[in-house]
Amino acid sequence: MKYAFFPGCSLESTAWDFDASVRATFAALGAELTDIPDWSCCGSTPAHASNTSLAVALPVMNLLKARDMGRPVLTACASCYARLRTANHKVKTDPAERQRTERIVGKPYDGAVPVHHILEALTRHIGADAIAARVTRPLSGLKVACYYGCLLTRPPEVVAFENPEHPVSMDTIMTAAGADVVDWPYKTECCGAGLSMTTSAVVNRLGHNILAMARRAGADCLAVACPLCQVNLDLRQRDAAKAHGPLPETPVLFVTQLLGLALGLSPEALGIEGLFVSADGLLDRLAPAKAAGGAA
Amino acid sequence: MSEALPWNDPTFLRDVERRSGASVSACFQCHKCSTGCPVAPEMDVMSSQIMRLIHLGARDEALASQSIWLCASCEACTTRCPQGIDIAAVMDTLRMMAVEAGVTLGDARGNKFNTSFLSSVRRHGRVFEMGLMTAYKLRSGDLLGDVGKVPGMLKRGKLALWPKSSGNAKEVREVFKRADQEEKNR
Repeated sequence: MKYAFFPGCSLESTAWDFDASVRATFAALGAELTDIPDWSCCGSTPAHASNTSLAVALPVMNLLKARDMGRPVLTACASCYARLRTANHKVKTDPAERQRTERIVGKPYDGAVPVHHILEALTRHIGADAIAARVTRPLSGLKVACYYGCLLTRPPEVVAFENPEHPVSMDTIMTAAGADVVDWPYKTECCGAGLSMTTSAVVNRLGHNILAMARRAGADCLAVACPLCQVNLDLRQRDAAKAHGPLPETPVLFVTQLLGLALGLSPEALGIEGLFVSADGLLDRLAPAKAAGGAA
Repeated sequence: MSEALPWNDPTFLRDVERRSGASVSACFQCHKCSTGCPVAPEMDVMSSQIMRLIHLGARDEALASQSIWLCASCEACTTRCPQGIDIAAVMDTLRMMAVEAGVTLGDARGNKFNTSFLSSVRRHGRVFEMGLMTAYKLRSGDLLGDVGKVPGMLKRGKLALWPKSSGNAKEVREVFKRADQEEKNR
């Protein structure tokens, strides 16, 4: 598969480790990612909370560039994904919004450029069998709570690749990587998302709920697929424990970091050192990499 | 008997429905949105109560609520509403109306954050987080919050010291200008 990759702003700063691990794992799985040239910000929550026209136009600028590349868009950030999909949805379903957007960007656009999240690409395009066949260091014995957060599955008429209340794609990927996924009820609870900087007390409470529940379900670590979920649960974990009661230190890894380890990639290539809550204890428990096909 | 209720502004419901595209009048007060809302414990007026305030034409009360700035836009309410009301879109509309009306916000940090974020995008075409943090701190006066996290973030390469502008920054600025104009004519 060949994709027009939309990294988004977080992936070039706070989530550089997500960026590194996505590129490394997709390359290892034989997918070709080419960045959308001169991509610009999707506008995220500040745009849709302030200016509806802007919230559609900013993603469409990037979708037009992807259209020129003739490739479907791939993105890793849950917010970018939701904004790109929402822009397509609005252009497709609301003729007045489409006209407004076309006046702003100065080009015709019908909302037809496909937009995929990495979880969708890994499960639907590459597939669990192909992943399992390339696992050289199965994550045996590692108990993982897959945490999806809000925007990967909501609202379903816009994002629509999974059940909004019970998503399974990340569980499928982690199972293919040899991990034991835990069954737990907070997969799609919100972490507080963009309130991170303005109202961190709320984010600490929500993060504590999520981490404590993952631990109760027997998880050693969390797998996430959103830069903001990762920051809120990792960087703020100590604050959450201070405010709402002690928690065992729980590493919060990007799903592509865990998958990359299973594919035999080095922790350095996956940006594992970017974590605040260290995953060294988990890494020590993994067996050394074997020849390809070991876990198939 | 003929005296109107002080908060019965009959245009408010229509304004909100037109701008959000959500049929707020369809709300029958089941409170499912409030029940599943992650920030309901911190809200002064919960989402289902906001819907009721809109029915009643309580413009000032709805626009001055803290809740519209506490909403995390997680879309749980929109996803679960049995009447198919896009409640998250209503929250966006109320935020815009509050800013336009110049409502004195008790806690306008959400708006200050949004302004700082969008200024960064307008200038660079992308968000420059260090610049965003500085601008937000100056706007909000919350100078010390999270300062302790900066060294750890720098050590892990998680905060860039210089902006990485998009090669498309100029076109982004034009899009901002035209979008502002379109929004005024909406």
